[in-house]
Amino acid sequence: MKVKVKIKRFNPETDAEPHWETYEVDADPMDSALSLLLHIKWHIDGSLTFRKSCGHGICGSDAMKINGENRLACSVLVKDLVKGEGDTITFEPLPTAPVIKDLVIDQSRFFEKYRAVKPWLITRTPPPERERLQSPEEFALIEDATKCIMCGACTHACPSTWADPEYLGPAALLKAYRYTFDSRDEGADERLPVVDSREGLWKCYTIFNCNEACPKEIDISRWLSALKRRAVMEVAAR
Amino acid sequence: MIFSHDVVIVGAGGSGLMAALYAKEGGADVAVISKLHPLRSHTGAAQGGIGAALGNEEEDHWLWHAFDTVKGSDYLGDQDAIEIMCQDAPRTIIELEHYGVPFSRNKEGKIAQRRFGGHTRNFGEAPVRRACHAADRTGHAILHTLYDQCVKNQVRFYDEFQALDLIMTPEGVCCGVVAYELLTGEIHVFHAKMVCLATGGYGRVYKTTSNAHASTGDGMAIVLRSGLPLEDMEFVQFHPTGLYRLGILVTEGARGEGGILLNDKGERFMERYAPTVKDLAPRDLVSQCIYKEIREGRGINGKDYVYLDLRHVGREVIETKLPEIATFCRTYLGIDPVKEPIPVAPTCHYAMGGIPTNYDGQVERAGRGSIVPGLYAVGECACVSVHGANRLGTNSLVDLVVFGRRAGIHMAETLRKEGRKKEPLPDNPDRRVREMLEDILGRTRGEPVAVVRSDLQQTMMDNVSVFRNEETLTTALDDLKQIRERAKRVVVRDKSKRFNTELMDAVELGFLVDLSEVITRSALNRTESRGAHSREDYPKRDDENWLKHTLIYREGEDSYRFDYKPVTITRFQPKERKY
Ligand SMILES: Cc1cc2nc3c(=O)[nH]c(=O)nc-3n(C[C@H](O)[C@H](O)[C@H](O)COP(=O)(O)OP(=O)(O)OC[C@H]3O[C@@H](n4cnc5c(N)ncnc54)[C@H](O)[C@@H]3O)c2cc1C
Ligand code: SF4
Ligand code: FES
Repeated sequence: MKVKVKIKRFNPETDAEPHWETYEVDADPMDSALSLLLHIKWHIDGSLTFRKSCGHGICGSDAMKINGENRLACSVLVKDLVKGEGDTITFEPLPTAPVIKDLVIDQSRFFEKYRAVKPWLITRTPPPERERLQSPEEFALIEDATKCIMCGACTHACPSTWADPEYLGPAALLKAYRYTFDSRDEGADERLPVVDSREGLWKCYTIFNCNEACPKEIDISRWLSALKRRAVMEVAAR
Repeated sequence: MIFSHDVVIVGAGGSGLMAALYAKEGGADVAVISKLHPLRSHTGAAQGGIGAALGNEEEDHWLWHAFDTVKGSDYLGDQDAIEIMCQDAPRTIIELEHYGVPFSRNKEGKIAQRRFGGHTRNFGEAPVRRACHAADRTGHAILHTLYDQCVKNQVRFYDEFQALDLIMTPEGVCCGVVAYELLTGEIHVFHAKMVCLATGGYGRVYKTTSNAHASTGDGMAIVLRSGLPLEDMEFVQFHPTGLYRLGILVTEGARGEGGILLNDKGERFMERYAPTVKDLAPRDLVSQCIYKEIREGRGINGKDYVYLDLRHVGREVIETKLPEIATFCRTYLGIDPVKEPIPVAPTCHYAMGGIPTNYDGQVERAGRGSIVPGLYAVGECACVSVHGANRLGTNSLVDLVVFGRRAGIHMAETLRKEGRKKEPLPDNPDRRVREMLEDILGRTRGEPVAVVRSDLQQTMMDNVSVFRNEETLTTALDDLKQIRERAKRVVVRDKSKRFNTELMDAVELGFLVDLSEVITRSALNRTESRGAHSREDYPKRDDENWLKHTLIYREGEDSYRFDYKPVTITRFQPKERKY
C-alpha cells in the first residue's frame, strides 16, 4: 500500500528552523515504522538521520514520536499506524530534549539523571563463595523493572519532565527502584535521599503517561509508588 | 584532538565492558570508545543463556562442558583455551551475580539453568541444564549490569565515536586508534599504551541475519587492513531458527524448554538426523537438516521454511521463560506461539572466526606466541579459538565474560609490572582516515550505499551460506570483484559534519566487502566439511589435511596469503561427531 511519511527535519548546521518533509512510500502493512525510515534513507534521501541498531525492540535506540505518541520505530507496524491507502504517518524527535539532527536527540541529560540515582548494586556484607540467594518471589519484585532498555520514551512523555527539566524522570527513578528493591542491595540509605527530593519522586503525580509510552510495557507507575512508600517508611524509621 | 589513556577499549558490548571493568579495577586509566551508546550494543539482544557448569539443577562438571564444546567445535577448537573457559565460567558467572545481574532463580534461590543445544551430561549421554539465564533477555541483563558497574567505577566513555584505523609504530607496536566523532564529524587520535578491540560480529554481510545493523565487523576489517591475519573466517554460524523472512532470532532456549521442529508432513524430522539429542543437536547440524528438508520438498507448503512448534510447551512456560520471543511472534508475524507454530528458517548469527588471540586476549601476528605488542581483542571479533568450526549456544556470552575479564586483568597487570611507556605517535597517524573520508565525501555521482550493500548481502546469502561448493564460491568471488569496484564509487548525499550516519554507512560497506572476500576465499580454500563449513563437493571431514586453523592475510588489493596454525589437543582426540 502507499503511505505518506511526514518527518520533522532539522539540521542545526544548516537550518534555522525545523521543517516538515513528506515522502511517499510503498509499504507492506506488516512493515515496521523503522523500515519506512530505512527505505527513505537508503533509497530516497540519505541525509535523513535517526538512530537504530537491533531492529527488534531491545537496544532502545529508536524511541521517537510517531503519530504523536512516543514509540520505538522498530516495534510498531504500519498496519497499526494507518487506516488505509494514502494515509499519513508522522515522525518527530522525542519532545523536550535538544535535537542533534532530524530524529536524533541529545540524551546526555537523560543519562546524567540515570547516573545520579547510583544505578548499581550496593553491598556491604562480603559476598558468599557462591551466588547470593534470591527467591523467585524476591526476583519477581524487580523482574519487570529489569526489562527497561533505557529508550527514554517514558521520561520524554512525562508532563512533569516537560514542566521541569531538572526532574529525574521515570526512567531514572525506575532504575532506583530496580536496585533498591533488589533483595541483594544494601544501599537504600545512599540511594533514597537522592530520589526522596524535590526533583525526585515527589514530582511524579502518577499521570501514567510513562506506562503508556513504555514499549516494554513496564508498570512504571506501580513501581514508583512502591518506591515512594519505601522512602516515606525510611524517613519515619530514621 | 589527541586523547590519551593507558588503555583504550573499542566496543562496549559484553566483552568490551568486561575488559574495561577489570582493567579499571586493576588500577588502569581506561577509556571505552563505542560507535553506539554502550547500552545499544548487540550483546543486549542475546536471549537464551550463558553456559556454566554450576550444577544448580542437576549434576554437572566443567569437563563435560569442555567436552561438549570440543565436540560442538567439530574438534577445531583449541582445547587449552576451552578448558580455561569452562573452568573459569562458573566463577565468572558468580562474579556477575555479585555485580548484580538479575538472573532468573530456581526454587532454592540459586541461578536457574536450562537445557541448550549440544550441552550434555557425562560426555554426550543426554541433555543437561547448564544455561544460566534471565528469562530470554540474558544478554540485556548482563549488558546493563556491566554498564552500571563501569559507571560506578568511573570508566571514561566516548559514546558515538567510531574507530576507523589502528595506529601502529614502524616496529609493529600498537599505540592507539583513530576515531570519528559522530556528533561533530571530527577525526580524533586516541594515544594509548594498550588497545583492546571488542567490536563484535559481522552478521550484516548476509541478507538474512539475527544481527544488528551495527554488526559490520569493523574491528576485524581494520585488523586485516593493518596487515594482520584473520583466523578461520570460513566458519560462519547460521542459527536454525530465525523468524521467517525477518531473520529475528528465536532462541535455542525455545527448544531447550521443549519446542520441536516440524516439516510440512508434521514430522519431527530431527529425530531422524540426531536420534539422541534430537531438536537439541548443535546449530550447524540443525541448520543443515532444515536446508535438506526444504530442498527435498518438505518445507512448509513447499516453501523455504519449517515450523518451530511450542504449542505443547504451554502458555505458562512461554509467558514466563520466553516472553520476548512470544512478543516478537505477536508483533512481527501476528501469530500467537501458544496457539500456532512459528515459521522459521536459518539466519546468519555468529562469526566463529576473527582476530587471532591467545587466552589473555593478546593479538597474534603469525601463529602461537607471536604477539602484536599493545594490541588485544576480545568477544565475537576475536578468535581464541574456543568455538572452532561451530559455536554451541550460550558459549558466546561465556567467551565474552571469561576472556573479557582475562584481558582486562592482563592489561592492568602488565601495566603495573612493566610500567610501560607510551610509544610516540608516528607522523600523521590519521592520514589514511582523512583521505578515506575526503574521498567518499568528494564524490558527486554514483550509486547509493544501500544498493551495493544489498547486492553484496544477496550474493553472500546465495553462495556462501549453509552449503557451499566450488561453483557457488567462485561465483561469489566474481560478484565480489564487481561489488568492490562499485563500493569504491558509492555516493553519499549527506555532506554535513553533524551526525553523518550515511558517511559511516559508506565506510562500513567497505568493511563488509573486505570481510566477504576473506570469508569466501577461506571457504574456497578449505576442501573439507567441518562444523558450519559444509562443502557439498567435499562432504567429509578430513583430519589428515585440515585439522588446522586457517590464517588469511591481505597483501594487496587483490592478493591474499594463507597460513595455518595447528589445533591444540589436550584430552579429547578427534572422533566422528554423532548426536
Ligand atoms: C539475537 C541474538 C541472540 C543471541 N543469544 C545468545 C545467547 O543466548 N547466548 C550466547 O552465548 N550468545 C548469544 N548470542 C551471541 C552473542 O550475543 C554475541 O556474540 C555477543 O553479544 C557479542 O558481544 P561483543 O561484546 O563481542 O560485541 P557486541 O555486543 O556486538 O558489541 C560491539 C560493540 O562494538 C562497538 N563497535 C563496533 N564497531 C565499532 C567501531 N568501529 N568503533 C567503535 N565501536 C565499535 C559497538 O558500538 C558495540 O558497543 C546472540 C546473538 C544474537 C544476535
Ligand atoms: S521504562 Fe520503558 S519507556 Fe522508560 S526508558 Fe525503560 S523501556 Fe523506555
Ligand atoms: S532498533 Fe533497537 S530498539 Fe529499535
